[in-house]
Amino acid sequence: MSSDYSGEPVISVSGLRMAYGTRDILTGVDFEVRQGEVVCLLGPNGAGKTTTIEILEGFRLPSGGDVRVLGEDPATAGDAWRARVGVVLQSWRDHGRWTPRMLLGSLGGYFVPYSTPERTRPYDVDELLHTVGLDEHADRKIATLSGGQRRRLDVAVGIIGRPELLFLDEPTAGFDPQARRDFHELVHRLSDLEGTSILLTTHDLAEAEKLADRILILTNGRIVADGSADELTRQVAGTAEVRWACGPERFVHPTDDVVGFVRRLVEQQGDELTDLEVRKATLEDTYLAMVQRFEAGHGAAPVLEEVPR
Amino acid sequence: MSATRYAIGLGLRRGWTEFLLSLRSPQDQGFYLFTAVGTLVFLWFNRDNELEGTGLMYPTWALPSILGALLAFGVVIGPAFALAMEREDGTLLRHKALPHGMQGYVTGQLTYHSLSLLPSLLTILVPSFLLFDDLMHQGAAGWLTVAWVVVLGLLATLPLGMVIGSLVPSTQKVGTWGMLPVMLLTAISGIFFPIQALWGWVQAVAQVFPTYWIGLGLRSAFLPDSAVTLELGDSWRTGATVLVLGAWAVAGALVTPRVLRRMARRQSGSQVEAAREASLQWVR
Repeated sequence: MSSDYSGEPVISVSGLRMAYGTRDILTGVDFEVRQGEVVCLLGPNGAGKTTTIEILEGFRLPSGGDVRVLGEDPATAGDAWRARVGVVLQSWRDHGRWTPRMLLGSLGGYFVPYSTPERTRPYDVDELLHTVGLDEHADRKIATLSGGQRRRLDVAVGIIGRPELLFLDEPTAGFDPQARRDFHELVHRLSDLEGTSILLTTHDLAEAEKLADRILILTNGRIVADGSADELTRQVAGTAEVRWACGPERFVHPTDDVVGFVRRLVEQQGDELTDLEVRKATLEDTYLAMVQRFEAGHGAAPVLEEVPR
Repeated sequence: MSATRYAIGLGLRRGWTEFLLSLRSPQDQGFYLFTAVGTLVFLWFNRDNELEGTGLMYPTWALPSILGALLAFGVVIGPAFALAMEREDGTLLRHKALPHGMQGYVTGQLTYHSLSLLPSLLTILVPSFLLFDDLMHQGAAGWLTVAWVVVLGLLATLPLGMVIGSLVPSTQKVGTWGMLPVMLLTAISGIFFPIQALWGWVQAVAQVFPTYWIGLGLRSAFLPDSAVTLELGDSWRTGATVLVLGAWAVAGALVTPRVLRRMARRQSGSQVEAAREASLQWVR
């Protein structure tokens, strides 16, 4: 994926706050998404991921802060703005009597007045059905589709208007591995071929690592980490874990300098060494470490420190 | 604004599609059949009853009133249920995510529920004309009256359904906040027996709402002039009918868009998600 993101950020959020009654959900969220980027928002349940996305979609009014999406405030943006934004929704039984072809045709129609020579809207329905892998089911009643097929339809509805910016809230929840892989390919295609900027939330860290140019970790109402998967992993001390055994005794040691540590280990232990294993820290380790640190209640800003294991 | 016009066109087509799908659905066919058979059986068992002192047979008198009640009932409860349900199942949210989507959605609802009136009235009207004699006494002028009363009645009651559907907290509450009041209102609106049989204050309440006036308007279309003695003040009160129904239509046209906008503003994905979880618990 290219890294030359030009011009204005498509999303810029600063000091975003959201409170329900006396409960603070977001206490000061800042981040940007640049044109063509795929950004993944991670965080534990109840951290405010969905709330954040709904504010950016213009479906919810924030309590405070400054939000710009495609150059406008989503709370007051008009229909022309709406035509440039795609939202993949998790609905569950709407339009049961309709067929995917009918529904996409009907909903796609709303984008016709917003078609431009550079960006023709909406997508051709047959082409889109093929893209999301629903051609065989195009004329079945939606009520008879499986959960995975329904989600593909949700994705198709979300992108029917050829959006410049796409929001995906847990897009692959309930997907089988094949559907998940197909979906990942679709995201890459949208991002590479169409230049669509994408903001998605997920609980699947492998997915985040695979899809995202950049990962944001949201916990306790703020962004505690922002960077590529590699950068985040490097932020947490002990990027690798060396496990070894000398006869019946087993040892574990976290280290940044794997090669140096292993060399010394071999020099010291020599033939005593009966087993050796190096495990690189995964995004999952990093994520859990960061979330634990901030959920423990300290650290207003991401302070880097040794993580006890 | 051409995008608005375009959205309204899509809404009309959406309503038509929903109507065709409904006609093909066994569930809806069953509903029409059930209502029609129920009404016809009721009229059939009362076919030899004569209304005192008028020479009118009960089916002749009751048919227009029942058609009026069905109109008012269907057009209020239909959209109320549809809207409450589609707020929960995500239909509405899908349209909220589209440019001018809400305009299209509301147009679709209005179109669909207006069209749905045709099968529900025709399934009763057609067999009634085969089973009973002397139903229409006013000829072509009578049918013309039927047409304008139905249109005006539609305009007066459709907004009510949309408002109830926007305000109820959940689909299950449509029974309490929609069905119950409308059934009570039907009971006191002179549909199954002349309104004079009720206490004065109940008559006054009934005359505030559209159901009574739609029934009255339709009776004036079907019944012979002599039947006017069964009405309040021995008059069809056509002017008052137009006035009351017109007032409801105007009030509806003013209030409904505001209520709909407020409801749409609050619609979000987490709301749909919450409804989904509630409904899963309901099933368990």
